[in-house]
Amino acid sequence: MKYLKQLAIILSITLIGEILHHLIPLPVPAGIYGLVLLFVALMTGLLKPEAIRDTAKFLLEIMPILFVPAGVGLLSTWPQLKPILVPLLVIIVVSTIVVMVVSGRVTQLLLKLFRKEKGHE
Amino acid sequence: MNDFFITSLFFGGASCLITYQLGIYIQKKLKSKLFSPQVFSMAVIILFLLLFDVEYETFDAGAKYVSYLLTPATVCLALPLYEQFQILKKNALAILAGILSGTLISAVTILLLSMLFGLSHQEYVTLLPKSITTAIGMGVSEELGGIVSITVASIVITGNLGNVIGPMVCKLFGIHEPIAKGIAMGTSSHVMGTSKAMEMGEAEGALGSLSIAVAGLITVIVAAVFAGLY
Repeated sequence: MKYLKQLAIILSITLIGEILHHLIPLPVPAGIYGLVLLFVALMTGLLKPEAIRDTAKFLLEIMPILFVPAGVGLLSTWPQLKPILVPLLVIIVVSTIVVMVVSGRVTQLLLKLFRKEKGHE
Repeated sequence: MNDFFITSLFFGGASCLITYQLGIYIQKKLKSKLFSPQVFSMAVIILFLLLFDVEYETFDAGAKYVSYLLTPATVCLALPLYEQFQILKKNALAILAGILSGTLISAVTILLLSMLFGLSHQEYVTLLPKSITTAIGMGVSEELGGIVSITVASIVITGNLGNVIGPMVCKLFGIHEPIAKGIAMGTSSHVMGTSKAMEMGEAEGALGSLSIAVAGLITVIVAAVFAGLY
């Protein structure tokens, strides 16, 4: 019953997220509303992490498999994908490297900067 | 045989789980980080559907029960975020600035390259969420009117790429702080990059998962704004 109870809590929060997505005219997916709601519930102590932990860990662990059906969906969009395959791959390779370098370097620079500041105090 | 698959409710779900397990087995045998069970699973199912002339809709009739769990799983990303809140709080400014800069540069790069290649608006918004976790990326793409399955493909290619080249890029560009490495991996290549970050160390892994959630959330807003630019 433990898992079922935890799933009940997670699905309830997901449902509230879905309702918010329906009511609020913003391009925010239901899962994001749910994520924020769950985070707030945990931070405020409204919900103990133990109340969802086991089922949540399970869902996070199986996440890679959950994307498979969407990936197979390529089959039906291949005609649209084919003509832009080259620009698509170029954009992916370039932007992935750029994002990696910029986010990593900026974080590192600021960490060093703040540490120096603290060192002077 | 196709008649059977058209009426089968369990073919879609079973094929996802079986091919993924097979992929994990092969990955263990090969001991190769270049091999992705996820991509393997997708490829095998696509080949199977093509070979036996089964429609995607037929497969999806069963497979949709697998995708069904994606939204609750996304909600659960709140748990690692909550558990790692102390590290976030301590270095909040550096971490947030790092993730924000990565998210912005991602949108800028995709905008400029889309213009350069003359992509359509739909193709452009399809690529905008390519660096974030699939669950959020799919939602963003759908909301902006993108082609969701191409977004998913881009996210998967991005993840594999980040996972493979991540350590090399970090070394090449002098990113050696564990926190910075975790941010770089998680912000650029979501869950797949983070799984590599976890191999690098505990702090790297923790910051990677944090970046997945934060970059995902920031991208919801950044992508919505950038969608109006081209």
